[in-house]
Amino acid sequence: MRIIVCAKQVPDTSEVKIDPKTNRIIRDGVPSILNPDDANALEEALLIKDKDPETVVTVVSMGPPQAKDMLIECLAMGADECYLLSDRAVGGSDTWATSNAITALIEKIGPFDMIFAGRQAIDGDTAQVGPQIAEKLHLPQVTYVQKFDISEDKKVVTVQRQLEDGYEVIEVPTPCMLTCIKELNNPRYMSVSGIVKACKPDAPIYVKSAKDVECDLSKVGLEASPTVVFRSFTPAPKAPGQIIQGEDERAQSKNLLAKLKEKHAI
Amino acid sequence: MAVVVNHELCKGCQICVKACPFQAIDFDDVARKATINEKCTACSVCISKCPFKAISKDESDAVDLSAYKHIWVFAEQRDGELMGVAKELIACGRRLSRDISADTKCYALLVGNNLDALGQEAIEWGADGSILIESPLLEHFNTDGYTKVICDAIQEMKPEIILYGATHIGRDLAPRVAGRSNVGLTADCTGLEVDLEKYKAYCAKETTLDLSTLEGEDPNDKCIKQTRPAFGGNLMATIVSKKTRPQMSTVRPGVMSKQERVPGAKGEIIKVTPKLEESDIRTKIIKIVKEAKEMVSLTDAKIICSGGRGLGGPEGFKLMQEFADKVGGVVGSSRACVDNGWIGHEHQVGQTGTTVKPDIYFACGISGAIQHQAGMKNSKLIVAINKDPDAPIFGIADYGIVGDLYKVVPMIIEEWDNFSTAL
Repeated sequence: MRIIVCAKQVPDTSEVKIDPKTNRIIRDGVPSILNPDDANALEEALLIKDKDPETVVTVVSMGPPQAKDMLIECLAMGADECYLLSDRAVGGSDTWATSNAITALIEKIGPFDMIFAGRQAIDGDTAQVGPQIAEKLHLPQVTYVQKFDISEDKKVVTVQRQLEDGYEVIEVPTPCMLTCIKELNNPRYMSVSGIVKACKPDAPIYVKSAKDVECDLSKVGLEASPTVVFRSFTPAPKAPGQIIQGEDERAQSKNLLAKLKEKHAI
Repeated sequence: MAVVVNHELCKGCQICVKACPFQAIDFDDVARKATINEKCTACSVCISKCPFKAISKDESDAVDLSAYKHIWVFAEQRDGELMGVAKELIACGRRLSRDISADTKCYALLVGNNLDALGQEAIEWGADGSILIESPLLEHFNTDGYTKVICDAIQEMKPEIILYGATHIGRDLAPRVAGRSNVGLTADCTGLEVDLEKYKAYCAKETTLDLSTLEGEDPNDKCIKQTRPAFGGNLMATIVSKKTRPQMSTVRPGVMSKQERVPGAKGEIIKVTPKLEESDIRTKIIKIVKEAKEMVSLTDAKIICSGGRGLGGPEGFKLMQEFADKVGGVVGSSRACVDNGWIGHEHQVGQTGTTVKPDIYFACGISGAIQHQAGMKNSKLIVAINKDPDAPIFGIADYGIVGDLYKVVPMIIEEWDNFSTAL
């Protein structure tokens, strides 16, 4: 069987810092990584492949050419092949346009049994592209998957879908779209042999253009995107707070509580 | 919307060919006519450049925006109970509807089974009316059923705006509806305004935006200006969907404020009969498990005592619990502690956890990564206790104590009753 994994290369937002003078994001030196939830998606596909070596795990992504680095990592973890849709025509796409482009790529790759995606990417945090790909491909979906099981005949998947106060157990027929969260599994490290294989010049990473995948150019890219950035800015900086002094911890605590009382907070 | 050249008017001057930023205009040397090719992005630069008015935009496939009216709030219910975020969004939707026009209404959209009581309750929370879509097949949330009945209702009734709570259900449903309806959707909004003046006031208060950049905007354009954080709250963007309707946003629980409930409030109840077959729903819910663990109501807490990596280990949360018990608060946590398994995910405050705005937020041993700040910086008062005087948390705290939390917190607990006026 073939499993498609949707992956995105993202800036490591925990490393993103603000220049306190200019109030701008410092992008230089921020490492690009495989989006964390997508690593869980890939791991779940690889767990299936561990049990059934006939399984083909195909990673798909969209992004600039340097997103190949992230796909090398996916190969080194154990993916069989990777496709990157990289084209200026799809640049600036919002989630709707992105899902149209990735759907075209997946349709070009051919039949599959399941798609795993991360719940959301840490740069945008929208959690929209997975469900929107499912919609375009007319697939049933389950989001927030925290536990996964597949029947012997590979026709039915049973998953736990996380809720705020518990979970649902859901059965869904294949092919389907599942979006994964970190509770699902612990992504494996790259193996040494995997790294060697992934770094070869003939490693199975295929870069495709919008034309290659025959996507409808009126439905991808900045111009086609229904959402538009009206303005962007940084939040207003907060007035600096007050450090509470005191000769010892008790005095500090008393001074703090006096301040809170003054503010009628306690 | 395609750009086209009228060959009867084209004189072959080639000004447009040079003006096009995308090399999207071909010139036929024989016929001496310009033609738009597939690289066109409909940017419209050429239209104003053509001296002969030979280029125009074909607007025939554009959506008739004026056909869409009223605001819907997807009033999420689970087991017959209205979610808190639904009440918050009803208040928000009501405010926005008044800003659009006097005859714009805010409707609660309820999907489920036997919804009469909830329809009335939504009106008491501020909705002008409730739209009820009822079927035994919709008793519990399922993506296929809910998407279908909502998309059908959108087609039939054409709302201008739909707001959804960014819950595990709202974030499953809204993108699917947006995908099928081919409209824009903006996730996790923290600010929503339709009125330009109110948007300016919001920006002046909350952001660093230079307001003079808004001067050219049309004050009569009541499109919804949806402001959301990106990069963990370091950057904010206001998003609009000018070309498509309905405009759709999700808003996280706790971001907006609900209004006072008015018992007995009157409003219109509209019942929509869904066209839904069992075979439309491809997923099957085997069971729903409520986790027996203590419910953590971070969103409603007046005081939150949050612990971070500085606790040093899971046992640190015993002190935080003691602290919370003393002050009548709830225990929160940074992501690091949840990732380390020191405490459950339901306690996590921040971008991937819960958004909170208590009266007092005690951040103990929390350095204050931007992802954490994104979830708590709207607290009324922030108190930071940290050994490291350079910890970013002090940058947003109202009061800070530089010191060992294991020495400071027990003192606050001891001294609390001497200061607190609460019983």
